Amino acid sequence: MTEKLTAKDFATSQEVRWCPGCGDYAVLKSVTKALADVGASRENTAFVSGIGCAARFPYYVETYGFHTIHGRAPAIATGLKLANPELDVWVVTGDGDGLSIGGNHLMHALRRNIGLKILLFNNEIYGLTKGQYSPTSRIGTTSPSSPRGSVDAPISPGQFALGAGAKFYARGVDTDKVGMSHVLQQAHAFEGTSLIEIFQNCIVYNEDVFASFTDRKHAANNQLHLKHGEPMLFGENSDKGIYLNRDTLELEVVDATASPEKVLVHDEASATIARLLIDLHLPVALGVIYRQPTVSYEAAFYAHHPSRMQRTKSIGDFIKGPSSWHVD
Amino acid sequence: MNKNKDVESIVVRLAGDSGDGIQLMGSQFAVSTALSGVDFATFPDYPAEIRAPVGTTFGVSAYQINLGGGPITTPGDAPDVLVAFNPAALKVSLSLLKRGALVILNNDGFTPRNLAKAGYDSDPREGDVLTDFQVITADITHLNLEAVKEFGLSKSEGGRCKNFWALGALLWMFGRDLQSVETWIKRRLAEHPTLRDANITALHAGHAYGETAELAAALPQIHLPEIKLESGEYRSITGAEALALGIAAAGELADKPIMFCSYPITPASPLLHRLSRLCEMGVGTFQAEDEIAAICAAIGASYGGMIGVTSSSGPGIALKTEAMGLAVNAELPLVIVNWQRGGPSTGLPTKTEQSDLYQAVYGRNGDTPIPVLAASTAGDCFEMAIEAVRIALRHMTPVILLADGYLSNAAEPWKIPDVSALRPIKHQPVPDSDESPECRAFTRDADSLGRPWVTPGMPELMHRIGGLEKDVATGHISYDPANHQAMTDLRAAKVELVANFIPDQQMELGDDSGDLVIVGWGSTYGPIYQAARATGTSFIHLRHLHPFPKNLGALLGRFDKVLVPEMNTGQLATLLRDKLCLDPISFPKVSGQPFLISELVEKIAAVKKGQAS
Repeated sequence: MTEKLTAKDFATSQEVRWCPGCGDYAVLKSVTKALADVGASRENTAFVSGIGCAARFPYYVETYGFHTIHGRAPAIATGLKLANPELDVWVVTGDGDGLSIGGNHLMHALRRNIGLKILLFNNEIYGLTKGQYSPTSRIGTTSPSSPRGSVDAPISPGQFALGAGAKFYARGVDTDKVGMSHVLQQAHAFEGTSLIEIFQNCIVYNEDVFASFTDRKHAANNQLHLKHGEPMLFGENSDKGIYLNRDTLELEVVDATASPEKVLVHDEASATIARLLIDLHLPVALGVIYRQPTVSYEAAFYAHHPSRMQRTKSIGDFIKGPSSWHVD
Repeated sequence: MNKNKDVESIVVRLAGDSGDGIQLMGSQFAVSTALSGVDFATFPDYPAEIRAPVGTTFGVSAYQINLGGGPITTPGDAPDVLVAFNPAALKVSLSLLKRGALVILNNDGFTPRNLAKAGYDSDPREGDVLTDFQVITADITHLNLEAVKEFGLSKSEGGRCKNFWALGALLWMFGRDLQSVETWIKRRLAEHPTLRDANITALHAGHAYGETAELAAALPQIHLPEIKLESGEYRSITGAEALALGIAAAGELADKPIMFCSYPITPASPLLHRLSRLCEMGVGTFQAEDEIAAICAAIGASYGGMIGVTSSSGPGIALKTEAMGLAVNAELPLVIVNWQRGGPSTGLPTKTEQSDLYQAVYGRNGDTPIPVLAASTAGDCFEMAIEAVRIALRHMTPVILLADGYLSNAAEPWKIPDVSALRPIKHQPVPDSDESPECRAFTRDADSLGRPWVTPGMPELMHRIGGLEKDVATGHISYDPANHQAMTDLRAAKVELVANFIPDQQMELGDDSGDLVIVGWGSTYGPIYQAARATGTSFIHLRHLHPFPKNLGALLGRFDKVLVPEMNTGQLATLLRDKLCLDPISFPKVSGQPFLISELVEKIAAVKKGQAS
């Protein structure tokens, strides 16, 4: 029986080089703790990242790690998972890496449902290239490349994921240890692609972009922590609830004390409710928004392969082709 | 052409609409040719459109086959026999034909509408256009429909049997039996008994048409000598088939599964199709979302301990370029097959060219050397695939294997190799040492500079790799100036060291010194071989293009002139200038068509006379 590892066992000797105060530090801590909590083994865990601030992540985790090229981490991780389905493969990406240059690979990983745990660090800005607006930046974001404000409409990572056929989509806030711990463990247990959107604060280029719901003063009233099978309550005294208006097909906030029967119960398997929750604006929905277990791509790939990737024949069995002839 | 002729070799061209089943007819004729013991080479020549507008010249699909006593190494310069299903097929083929060629026309295809579409003002069967040729016409469409009437098929279903009717007549001309084709039809249409029987009936009707009085007077029977090949077992093979078998064999020789990751593109897709049928060899195929994902998934698979292979054609290879650099930097094995086609951009998807040599040798950001190989014939694709995997695993590097559209589709008889004689493929083992896991992962073999193939899942060997410059000893990120110099030198030296493991360059033909040598690479092997043989010229054909075999410079130095024919604007000539300081005579051709033997012979004569430089 091997000794149970702690979060410290998953830290490398390398000096962490994010900006002081960057939200990535908190995420790194939550991830190493989650790895210890789920009993992960170091040699059977691999972190694959693309390019961006968060993409340095593999160098800071004492597992196997591959810091690849811009946007391509899901594709490389797909090959790795196919080659060795026993591995726990984590992908670290960001809003630019995952939704701009690598949007295609993210989309196809999600639709295939290959067993990757994808951490999407969303800070609504390009950090590593010094502050340009990103595909999740809100219209009007001023940045070095948009001094008069950006004009592009932002993409919603959650709607993108569900549209692509994602079977697991969750959200967390970088500094929320409890919430992050929960979604990381759930993502780890899911067989297939689990996408976690992490609201990550870039203190240099986009500070407080999520403050309306992450600031401690507002958190209770502006965060909705979802639990499967439980009523959608929030507020300092859990006195507010989410109600589905069946006439407008929109979610509304109701007084949970006055009308508890109106409060919607969270059903992770409902894609329709998930889509409404993704668009919910104050409170912002956090936790596992959608989960629909189904067969993973690697399981289907191996089950469909006649010899499960084993070599059961020799080249001599094939080399003669459909017909051959002899010359004396 | 006289009746019942004995000839040495003969070139047959079949041409019709892209929906006429010409490629099928041609490939079945090739198989039947192979089984009769006659040597051959084929050239499928088809449009990029799947079903181009009927009756147009740009919609013509053709299949050329050169058959005879051999050695046959090209699909032939000028056809002796043309079978044309419509006026457009006649029009595009006419200028290629040998004077006096036999032209067989389907009368039913020569409607006023089709004549107009082909741009004929008057019917070529009636004017002077065909006076140089022996013309035979037959109502192929009608005769075929008559033959399959009993099956009650629709007119279009019945009409689609006409390629087999024509094949039947052709097989009669060459004195073949119908067995192999009949077997093929039975297997292919097993689940459609009516169509199966109709096609077999059409085949027999066409054969009987030749045999009975109906055409025997006009249509000559041609007898070809059997090949004088060295003894052994032979099969017909295309480059795509051979390359697929080579990759699968390499997996067995290395005792590792193969993960082939690819995105559909002409003319590379046949390799994906072939490999997806070799599962029991421990081969997996992954159809990725795009070219970039294909190479990235292959890199991921190699990282995970399988042999990652990807394949594409020029435009797709361009998209993979950045990821090749990643594989170089991460020191992971990978094979990239490029089935070259006409460029630039989308270029000529279905036509052949050799214009990606610069791209393979020089085309990446940074100083990013990669070994480059080229297959010369369909059968050679088997050996070169094994060689590519061997280099990739020994040196822990990506390897580019160049093939082309002609090799992918063309068929030739292939002596089946003795697979028990193939050498095992080894990769670098993990050293036993007390060093850190990072150091052990980057302890390189002195002879090859290959590092151990450490894969996730191995205990106590956790390390990090990536695209950022890394410390030479630990793989940690390093921006140290001296380290970047050391790593750059190491990457260059690793590729140069490949030359220590490859065979010396041999002469293909002729003396190893003299006034002139022809140097070729890739699929131009066939025409150059014939032209060199015909003119008694020395001939060298390269399969290792980067690095070159170590003796190549000295060998070429023993000739006064070096002539380099290639299907590009002179890329190998540039490479020879760059690497060996030679000044070769470049003979470029970029028409999308293979070299003709005759044009090479002319060029050689001109060079020998000192008229070309």
